[in-house]
Amino acid sequence: MREINVREISEKVARLCVEANYYLGEDVEASYHQAAEKEESPVGKEVLKQLIDNVNLAREQQVAMCQDTGLAVVFIEVGQEVRLTGGNLKDAINDGIRRGYEEGYLRKSAVKEPIWNRVNTGDNTPGIIHYDIVEGEKIKIKVAPKGGGAENMSALKMLKPSDGLQGVIDFVVEQVENAGPNPCPPTVLGVGVGGTFEKAAFLSKKALLRPLGEPHPQPNYANLEKEILQRVNSLGIGPQGFGGRVTTLAVHVEYYPTHIASLPVAVNFNCHASRHKEAVL
Amino acid sequence: MSVKKINTPLTKEVIKDLKAGDNVLISGVIYTARDAAHKKFMELLENGESLPVDLEGQVIYYVGPTPARPHQVIGSAGPTTSGRMDAYTPQLLEAGLGACIGKGSRSREVKEALVEHGGVYMAAVGGAAALISQRIKSCEVVAYQELGPEAVRRLEVEDFPATVVNDAHGNDLYEEGKKKYAV
Repeated sequence: MREINVREISEKVARLCVEANYYLGEDVEASYHQAAEKEESPVGKEVLKQLIDNVNLAREQQVAMCQDTGLAVVFIEVGQEVRLTGGNLKDAINDGIRRGYEEGYLRKSAVKEPIWNRVNTGDNTPGIIHYDIVEGEKIKIKVAPKGGGAENMSALKMLKPSDGLQGVIDFVVEQVENAGPNPCPPTVLGVGVGGTFEKAAFLSKKALLRPLGEPHPQPNYANLEKEILQRVNSLGIGPQGFGGRVTTLAVHVEYYPTHIASLPVAVNFNCHASRHKEAVL
Repeated sequence: MSVKKINTPLTKEVIKDLKAGDNVLISGVIYTARDAAHKKFMELLENGESLPVDLEGQVIYYVGPTPARPHQVIGSAGPTTSGRMDAYTPQLLEAGLGACIGKGSRSREVKEALVEHGGVYMAAVGGAAALISQRIKSCEVVAYQELGPEAVRRLEVEDFPATVVNDAHGNDLYEEGKKKYAV
């Protein structure tokens, strides 16, 4: 049994909230450069150039690359040989979010209640926390700040099993077409297939955490990713929707076994600022 | 790429001259407002009261900036999705608003109101928030301080970059651009 004080978790969460918002991952930045080479539209090229300048500036000046610093989505994997001390895990994570967003000059974008009381909580808590218990005596924390613009374009549908592969592809492409310029293209698409209603949505979010453009290990899923990417990049939407070839930087699909009657499919949009950082304790 | 330099408040002639696809650099005063402030504007208009700022020829920028560091004028300040303001924009155009800046597509009602009242909708590059903030030279909250990032701010901007999406003649850059590059 290894003991870990929850204060250490707070500190890590605080740091990851700030780093995810200041420093774009190298994989994502590299994809901007590739996109700029591929893009045929002059306006699209100019947009990509500005995005590259923007991430460099954010890194140098240590400021948020986007003003929408998101709701803090936290994935925490706790090894079953770990004994947590010093308080409650959920409170510790929210304390970390509170501190990170305050000390990092990040925007507080959480409201208390969705319908009758849309009042800002003032400290960006509560976070959206996903817990997992795994083998071992370590704790892995991933923080993925999620902005509203792209999240709002996300969608889920319970397809019929007879809709099959084509149904999955058509559904995702249709959502990208409907979203148009709204989710800040070029986007990253997380797609969850199978499981239940909520599992598909969860997988679509989790898919966004994969290193950008790394294909699914199974060839059939890797091909599905390729085919969706090719279809959405034929729509003509382009960077910021001004018209162009690069509407989406990457498509990541994750799947799970499902019910004999079901074929759930969920697509979670990420804007070009595909932000996430992780740490291991 | 050619760039048009414009100053605020916008005259009817300047607005008429702007065409979908034009790149513009805006200088002068612009005001920030997003969801919560728009809702409050509507309540004032419905009660026949005047708005906290005179909108004649003015520009509203849909943005909720991050908090400024001590040495900064404003934090990161890129555009938010404009579609959420669609329900309110026609009434503001009727009240004299000259232009709005955001990102993403507008409803048919907004596009029609732009033509009817002589207004223009522009997009800034969503996510280029650190870059854009460098073109903002002063920032002062002028209404609804309690809304935090959603408060109404008066910004002085210099060569603020935007692209005309919907002009006063009914053209739409998003539709035209997409058509051009669709395979």
